[in-house]
Amino acid sequence: MAAPTKTLDGLPAEKWVELYTIMVRIRQFEERILPLLKEGKIKGTAHPSVGQEAVAAGVCGVLQPTDYIVSNHRGHGHCIAKGMRTDQMMAELFAKRTGSNKGKGGSMHIADLDQYIIGCTGIVGSGAPIAGGAALAAKMRGTGQAVVCFFGDGGINQGVVFEAMNMAAIWQLPVVFVCENNLYALSTPAEKMTALKQLADRAQGFGFPGHQVAGNDLRAVVRATRDALERARAGQGPTLLECKTYRWYGHSAMRPDTRAYRAREEELEWRERDPLGLAERELGQAGVLPAERVAEIQRAVAREIEDAVAFAERSPDPELAEIFTDVYAPF
Amino acid sequence: MHTLTVAEAICEGLREEMERDPRVFLMGEDVGAIGGVFATSRGLLEKFGPDRVRDTPISEAAIVGHAIGAAVAGMRPVVECGGFVDFLALTMDQLVNQAAKLRYMFGGKGAVPIVVRAAQGSGVKLAAQHSQCLEAWFAHVPGLVVVCPSTPADAKGLLLAAIRNPNPVVFLEHKMLYFVKGDVPDGEGLERIGVAARRREGTDVTLVSYRLMAGRCQEAADLLGQRGISCEVLDLRTIRPWDREAVLASVRKTHRCVVVHEAVKSFGVGAEVAATVMEEAFDDLDAPVVRVGAHDVPIPFNETLERETVPTVERIVEAVSRLA
Repeated sequence: MAAPTKTLDGLPAEKWVELYTIMVRIRQFEERILPLLKEGKIKGTAHPSVGQEAVAAGVCGVLQPTDYIVSNHRGHGHCIAKGMRTDQMMAELFAKRTGSNKGKGGSMHIADLDQYIIGCTGIVGSGAPIAGGAALAAKMRGTGQAVVCFFGDGGINQGVVFEAMNMAAIWQLPVVFVCENNLYALSTPAEKMTALKQLADRAQGFGFPGHQVAGNDLRAVVRATRDALERARAGQGPTLLECKTYRWYGHSAMRPDTRAYRAREEELEWRERDPLGLAERELGQAGVLPAERVAEIQRAVAREIEDAVAFAERSPDPELAEIFTDVYAPF
Repeated sequence: MHTLTVAEAICEGLREEMERDPRVFLMGEDVGAIGGVFATSRGLLEKFGPDRVRDTPISEAAIVGHAIGAAVAGMRPVVECGGFVDFLALTMDQLVNQAAKLRYMFGGKGAVPIVVRAAQGSGVKLAAQHSQCLEAWFAHVPGLVVVCPSTPADAKGLLLAAIRNPNPVVFLEHKMLYFVKGDVPDGEGLERIGVAARRREGTDVTLVSYRLMAGRCQEAADLLGQRGISCEVLDLRTIRPWDREAVLASVRKTHRCVVVHEAVKSFGVGAEVAATVMEEAFDDLDAPVVRVGAHDVPIPFNETLERETVPTVERIVEAVSRLA
């Protein structure tokens, strides 16, 4: 007789295994690209999201496949969690023809509209009205889709984010604004750039709810996102989720240094709150993530990421003619 | 044919496109109850309702941003940002970094079929922040389409083409032309983007212009004709892409070229046209290509100063006379 399916917070065990796997996939993908950047195999720069995996997995993991996300410069995790293939993403970071963006976008603009990812934008905060627009389209057409917009504690101070929050509120758009508060906008502490103690309180000024969420706690992120999505789909409008988290590494591969603005003690303290370790313990205790699965998942993902690197390495560069394609849709 | 003003022709175009295609909707500041700052959407709120004729807060960047998102998600938004082009300065990130580059950055996936309409130009005594001609800003950006119609028929026909175009189109009208009347074809009257119109045939000099200045070039051509100088007048109608072939063909015939625009002369569309003519048709030229544009100053409030800041018929005549 088969054991009864375990559930946690209303989700079946398989779903938790899937969300945990997404976190492992993000962690290993990000950890793998750092040495590849140093080796010069990945060109340009990248903004690793190690330490913030629970936000990406917890938010995107409970979306429908046709829900949109709009991401930002630190977007690998969001894209992986929304369903992008790691081989195509890795090939994009290698600037190869087989990349998700044909080698023409790179880390900061990685996107896949087939997965309803309206890309990553390198202009901080600029995705907020684009997310609102996708939500407006969904509302006007009655598709039932919701849209998630990711930005950070830096992005939340952009005027266009205020404008988008206001428009989402007056039009009751199905948007979830997810502010990943990792405490620093590059080197600038959020607490020095915002007089509010909680960024989530911004939402009150626009007339919709805002909640602070423990961003390293997968279960907390899932619960908050599900509630926000329910509101969105019920036509009750936007929600702001301020997910408190921490990026383990520097702002980008170009600026890996953190010592000028962060204390080592603080960094170690946050490493103690590793979202993966926390999920392993919590999900394990709840009986939805058996201990033997953890090592199995990590091994399988490691193989996937190495395959992705091999795929990227052996993929061809774009043809020179690619310079001229895709500037305009044919007319 | 029927007779409409430019403003009425735009309104007719918007109405017909909204009837034809349920994805088309209007969004912007005051587009609803008053039918737009320049009355270009009059009556559309009553016909299509507030969902498709959508008033917005004064949030220009977000208006364009919402248009981008809605377009990527399958709609065909037409937006206005307070009517005046000057307010588009607030939208430059959304237009330049997002709309113009999305398809390219995403490796050819996706398109941004939006139309951003705005009124340009001086002559209404509204001073420096409500009188600019900024088409060169937008034309400098690969990925954008820039349209500058002058006649009612073009305003409607090119607006239809802009709405049906799968790319972001900046559609720049002129506030002095809104009340100018002209014939508009019955039926659709669709025009093609990127095709100049020859407003007058001539043999001695080619005047390249667009919008308000296209009319001024024709007035100048009348005066010059009395002096025995035969001018060919081309109205570009579209700035990006612009009709290089039409200009080059005309210059190969007349061997002289004067480019006239209302925007400031420096770093403008005229420089692009002049340089192209010199690169592609140098041997056909009997004289240097000359540019006539606004002086390098903001638009002043005083009526006389304002009038003298942008090209007058006299300045166009003088520039051509020096060539002949």
